[in-house]
Amino acid sequence: MSQTMFDKIWNQHVITGKEGDPQLLYVDLHLLHEVTSPQAFEGLRENHRKVRRTDKTFATMDHNVPTKDIFNIKDEISRKQIDTLAKNAKEFGVRLAGMGDEDQGIIHVIGPQLGLTQPGMVIVCGDSHTATHGAFGSIAFGIGTSEVEHVLATQTIWQTKPKTMGIHIHGQLPKGVYAKDIIMGLIAREGVSFGTGYAAEFYGDTIERMSMEERMTLSNMAIEGGAKVGTIRPDQTTFDYVAGRKYAPKNMDKAIAYWQQYYTDDESAFDRIVDFDVSDLAPFVSWGTNPGMAVPVDQPFPEIKNADDQKAYDYVGLKPGQTAPEIPIEFAFFGSCTNGRLSDLKIAASVLKGHHIAPQVTALVVPGSRTIKEEAEKQGIDKIFKDAGCDWREPGCSACLGMNPDQVPAGVHCASTSNRNFEGRQGAGSRTHLASPAMVAAAAINGHFVDIRKAGIA
Amino acid sequence: MEPITTITSTSVPIMKDNIDTDQLIPKQFLKNILKVGYGRHLFFDWRYEKDGQPNPDFILNKPERQGAEILIAGDNFGCGSSREHAVWALKDYGFKAVIAGGFSDIFYMNSTKNGFLAITLPRDQREILAAAPADAKITVDLPNQEVRYGDHKFSFDIDPLWKHKFIEGLDDIAITMQYEDQIEAYEAKIPQF
Repeated sequence: MSQTMFDKIWNQHVITGKEGDPQLLYVDLHLLHEVTSPQAFEGLRENHRKVRRTDKTFATMDHNVPTKDIFNIKDEISRKQIDTLAKNAKEFGVRLAGMGDEDQGIIHVIGPQLGLTQPGMVIVCGDSHTATHGAFGSIAFGIGTSEVEHVLATQTIWQTKPKTMGIHIHGQLPKGVYAKDIIMGLIAREGVSFGTGYAAEFYGDTIERMSMEERMTLSNMAIEGGAKVGTIRPDQTTFDYVAGRKYAPKNMDKAIAYWQQYYTDDESAFDRIVDFDVSDLAPFVSWGTNPGMAVPVDQPFPEIKNADDQKAYDYVGLKPGQTAPEIPIEFAFFGSCTNGRLSDLKIAASVLKGHHIAPQVTALVVPGSRTIKEEAEKQGIDKIFKDAGCDWREPGCSACLGMNPDQVPAGVHCASTSNRNFEGRQGAGSRTHLASPAMVAAAAINGHFVDIRKAGIA
Repeated sequence: MEPITTITSTSVPIMKDNIDTDQLIPKQFLKNILKVGYGRHLFFDWRYEKDGQPNPDFILNKPERQGAEILIAGDNFGCGSSREHAVWALKDYGFKAVIAGGFSDIFYMNSTKNGFLAITLPRDQREILAAAPADAKITVDLPNQEVRYGDHKFSFDIDPLWKHKFIEGLDDIAITMQYEDQIEAYEAKIPQF
């Protein structure tokens, strides 16, 4: 019987248990951050347990780090969480990219950047956007804090094998349309829970032409469609990305030969297939309070079908029939594990170059990692943002979820390159509109969204 | 973990679909380093007015709904962020079970780690439960995998391993360490590149 890549990697990692029941899986890489780990370390301490494999564990601070004046954390509780992770990492011998460290950044950005993320692995982290690492052909998913404690103590995790879904993405992406639009368009069509209970694999000619950074944007938001895993078959693009990084395999030929054993045999192996043609795809903008509430930039917002739609419209202060260009934008956020990588910043900068953001707009640029920030500065990208009137910051999760001081004020509409537009996500009362970096840049300049295809921007 | 067998209690219906974990517990309350104390922040943005006063229209604030241990909800409950704080907040508030149309995979796993029952029932059955008067008792019977209300009996599915863990109140790590030899054997064959 033919098998998917997910089946093959999963089966390889089973310690005990039979399919259909919860199975104990070995974990190759466990990533940690300050918000979902303190109770886990406390649990180890209470039970006199150690971290089983410190060599397979890596930590950083990202969720509530300030993005300016980073060593002066004014929020006492944030500082306590950050200090607690530093203390725990030291006590348990866990590798840490601490505050100000050259490797510090959003955990899902630095994993790949450091070569920790590799094909064929089982990767977990106490964060739902762990799905990002699936772009390398690994089984990567978010876990809760009890599971973090379990993985720290045992290097394993109990999971019931999900069904598999093949997401066939094909066609030439039109100009001005990006990986972000693919995943937003897919979720808008299929809904925010179409992937629940499934491990997804993205495949097709569109995917094959994508860079690793684009693939990561796609896998990152698999969870917004309910799929906690979103894999992509590793190919030469993947291998070239991994090779030579700090923790990459020394013997790449041997590693590649090993990774290639995991390829999906054929489409019949998937329990379900979703087909998505991108050749006529438009840039997407979210209007409501979940990522599925999104429309193409040139299409009207939908009619109210139920109480949830009504509640969403009430919250965002918009009406059915309006279009994205009618949303008054006063905030723009560039960053996050979805779109905070160098290529994302470059695309946004190419739109902003020679322009200034609208006077009523506040724009934050938060690179995904310190390495990205420094590389962007080397290439003069920071200057383009600054000249356009944007605030160039230190790395972190920042206004994607506003755990640090970077928050969108109540009632303000924010064009955001992040991944979630939930009520209050970017700050109490904030109104988030998800879009690609190019779309957000154009919205910042104009004070409203524009169709970048027609405006000749992209 | 405290064992769970049968819960008999009044209930609170919040039949909205896609209740995400940002709504269950907003990020400003994730900064604690403990597992307790989150109950007063459950559903924070819906439950409190801007000035911090309870919103009298929100069902959790209704005097007749106090002390309920069972939450009845819509589809795709607990979607979004992986924060286990969502389960801790529900538990700390006093809920022992949530009956919904479905759960995000991560939320479901988190519930199994905390002795918090996440039960899936179809919409028509949940609507019967949601229409129950505030003082009506609903019973969740885990050994018999049944929800009972008045003359109604609705059966639900649960994985036998999770069921066993709930009923016995077992600690996961202790269970897993029974397989330590197998973990070691696995580690010995991990290829090195």
